[in-house]
Amino acid sequence: MIADSLVAGVRAGLPAAAARLISLVEHGSPVAADALSTLFPLTGRARIVGVTGPPGAGKSTLVDALVRCYRQRRERVGVIAVDPSSPFTGGALLGDRIRMRAHAEDPGVFIRSMATRGELGGLSAAAASAVRVLDAFGLDVVIVETVGVGQSELAVADLADCVVLVCAPGTGDGVQAVKAGVMEIGDVFVVNKSDHPDAGRTRLDIARALELRGGTPGPVLLVRADQGEGVEVVVGAVQEHIERARQSGALAHDRETRLERESLSLIARLARREVVDRLGDTTVEALRRDLAERRLDPARVAAVAVTTAFAQGGAQG
Amino acid sequence: MVSNLTGRKAIVAKLGMDAHWRGAIVVANALKEAGMEVVYIGHGTPGEIAATAVQEDAVLVGLSTLSGNHLAECPAVLERLKEAGAEGVIVALGGTVPPADAEVLLKEGVDAVFGPGTPLAEIVSVLDRLIGEQ
Repeated sequence: MIADSLVAGVRAGLPAAAARLISLVEHGSPVAADALSTLFPLTGRARIVGVTGPPGAGKSTLVDALVRCYRQRRERVGVIAVDPSSPFTGGALLGDRIRMRAHAEDPGVFIRSMATRGELGGLSAAAASAVRVLDAFGLDVVIVETVGVGQSELAVADLADCVVLVCAPGTGDGVQAVKAGVMEIGDVFVVNKSDHPDAGRTRLDIARALELRGGTPGPVLLVRADQGEGVEVVVGAVQEHIERARQSGALAHDRETRLERESLSLIARLARREVVDRLGDTTVEALRRDLAERRLDPARVAAVAVTTAFAQGGAQG
Repeated sequence: MVSNLTGRKAIVAKLGMDAHWRGAIVVANALKEAGMEVVYIGHGTPGEIAATAVQEDAVLVGLSTLSGNHLAECPAVLERLKEAGAEGVIVALGGTVPPADAEVLLKEGVDAVFGPGTPLAEIVSVLDRLIGEQ
């Protein structure tokens, strides 16, 4: 019943319904699971744009400017802005919205802050579902802003149709730019704070690193997000990337792959729970002792656990 | 240390043109330490605060006032929350609020008023109880 009314609310474009559904997803509620599966056929229409980069590069400021730009084009925009949870208290201070105040009351904009809740990939576990809620809600573009990333938080690439990597000038030489990891998931590169004297240099470093990689390098754009300078060009580049992918079939293919990957990781999680449930306390305790007394190594424990659990499942079912 | 605050969403905002940020940040941090996910928006108009509370599905709106604007701004926030269908949200006010004004605001529907010198632990425990009763 609650799931039905949430679905109806989201379909009718009620912000409170979308907001409540995202909370339920975050809390792992079965109601949310029902509502999400009902809404799923309505998704896949929004363009998903990821914005990532190191802390202080200007991600939130760029997102604010991007939203303004999309609104001028009469597109409805959602923002999922992720900030880290404290590993000690579980609490979080979510401050991305400070930069997006101008859009607070615009009915064409829906902004949601999320805490990572222990996820290490730069997003929260519920982010993918939250994006789908906003997609079903009828927004044209959903922007996903990650936490400030280091070099290997890549989860946004599993979500976005186009990843915008934001850098600030003077944050390392050409070698930093060549490194594997976060640089590789960028489709459009932004050097923010273009008024900084090192901005041109940083742009060159990145452009050269991208050339080394082969293929068609993504554009490297100078932007001053706080003034909105160069932001139109970013929106154009994002649009071009998605349009090109749509025409080549890569967009559909990538979206399919991402859904598959998400399903696989959920299978892993469900299977793990199922295995532990089926083994029962006595077997789990025995395996734990085998580990502690170093009779079985972790790999053997895993193999024994899975074999035993499925053998039992077969006998029972 | 699971409480009614763990994993719940709060909005913390300064009312209107108020530029005094320290009190709001200190309280926001205390709520974070108590396990809440605190959306800090800096200063906001009543409309902005209400829209944010809806989009974030907040259980608590914490308002900071140090410029004497509370009798005008605070009821306006309540009004806009009601219009937005979020009248169930707990609204707490902190700052330089004379006791007589606090009484007026509590009557108008503010759930708690914390004057200068209120210990952080007291703020956290009162909000924990209010959210638990919600």
